[in-house]
Amino acid sequence: MGVKLAICAGPATTGKSAVLRHVVAKLQALGRRPAYLKIDVQYAEEDEQFAREFGIPTRKVYSGELCPDHCNVMVLGDALEWAGKSGADVLLVETAGLCLRCSPYVDGGLGLVVLEATSGMNLPRKVGPMLSLADVAVVTKIDRVSQAEREVFRARIQDAAPGVKVREVNALYGIGIEPIMRLVEATPEAVGQLYLRGNPPVGTCTICVGKKEVGWQSHFGVVRPLENQTFYRGE
Amino acid sequence: MKNDSVDTITILGGRGKNGVLEPVNRIDLRMGDVVSIVGPTGSGKTTLINDIELFADNDTPTGRRILINDAPTPEDRRNDPSRNPIALITQHTTFLSDLPVEEFLSTHARIRAAANTQIEDFLARTLDFANQLTGEPILVDSRMTELSGGQTRALLIADATVICDTPIVLLDEVENAGIHRTRAMQLLRQHRKIFIFVTHDPRIALLSDYRIVMRNGTVTRVLRTDESERQVAARVSRLDDLLSGLRERLRQGERVTPRELEGWA
Repeated sequence: MGVKLAICAGPATTGKSAVLRHVVAKLQALGRRPAYLKIDVQYAEEDEQFAREFGIPTRKVYSGELCPDHCNVMVLGDALEWAGKSGADVLLVETAGLCLRCSPYVDGGLGLVVLEATSGMNLPRKVGPMLSLADVAVVTKIDRVSQAEREVFRARIQDAAPGVKVREVNALYGIGIEPIMRLVEATPEAVGQLYLRGNPPVGTCTICVGKKEVGWQSHFGVVRPLENQTFYRGE
Repeated sequence: MKNDSVDTITILGGRGKNGVLEPVNRIDLRMGDVVSIVGPTGSGKTTLINDIELFADNDTPTGRRILINDAPTPEDRRNDPSRNPIALITQHTTFLSDLPVEEFLSTHARIRAAANTQIEDFLARTLDFANQLTGEPILVDSRMTELSGGQTRALLIADATVICDTPIVLLDEVENAGIHRTRAMQLLRQHRKIFIFVTHDPRIALLSDYRIVMRNGTVTRVLRTDESERQVAARVSRLDDLLSGLRERLRQGERVTPRELEGWA
């Protein structure tokens, strides 16, 4: 039995879980059997809530020392297998995706980024591949900001990511969720080797491997002084 | 959706709570109409607005359908938020930006304007509109977050009316915001849009062309403001001004006397 895959990323408190909650309800109404995986750094309880509310298979992974996006890369294959064995036909993955140099989306799966209109008109210019490599940008909290900010926010998403569909929702009341559910439904089943949609950030840095001295002079590989671009230092 | 391509927006009735058929099965909103939606809390006002915003096509819980120029809305238009027909101002809506007023409005105008000269025109018209609604003129150098409650409401309405391109401007219970409501109603009428007020304010309801009356999730009547109601509207406005005057004097620390209410109570 094949499983469809949708990966949902976005900054903290934007309403990712609220959006997915309505998507799950609408998928169930269609007779679909969703499963839900939450990837967070050190704390999450949405898996228990989703299991309680919808009676669906759920799991969570704490990325801990790994960055959440990289953790997603590590566990996604196992997760699809788990979802299939649990009898699910759609896997919804919610990830904190905190680093703005990466994105968790894979070819063959739907990529959703959830952004809140209240986060300021410049946000679409700041979030990098988390937005530009998504299929759909879901904008929440639209009733809280002026029409001007809503329109500028929307225009800036389209500037930063011309190919990304924008959908505005009220995630509290589930308004505007229908088209998002239909996009999940239209996603083909994930098969074979999956690949990250974007290129990961350059290399592994000496900070990542545990060297704590401050200042680029203490580090090797790709380094970056304040005044210059990145360059390679080492053998 | 471009404003100038819309002449009418039609609401075809659906079902209310308990599946009751909606008594009013067709309402045509025409460009230039000023409309109020009235009804008790929980009567379905917000749901009606959501149906319009979503271009409902027998696919929302109410089963209502929304037509534009008498035709159903194509799927791609329904899903694209830049074609959403409603500019929405609710009690919760505010400006979060801390840009100076002039820069903020230019930023919004820039995504609408075809030429730079048009931006200045948008700016001037928006400020002129807003300043007629508020007692305290808006300074273009002040930051958006420094504006008073009244200035903020006035600018929200002015921006949505002048710069936004949506055929409908919806004002959801904005009456308690300290703006000149009668002046607002006059100014809105100079714009070719549909203005919908969700309101409990008799002054706004009676200054509308007609009011959509809701109960138990359905539209039960559409009442066109008649001649005698227009006379009531004029008196309500005076009464309302009297109360506003009293409120202002108390706020200024003055004393009031029974004489101020002579002829009324």
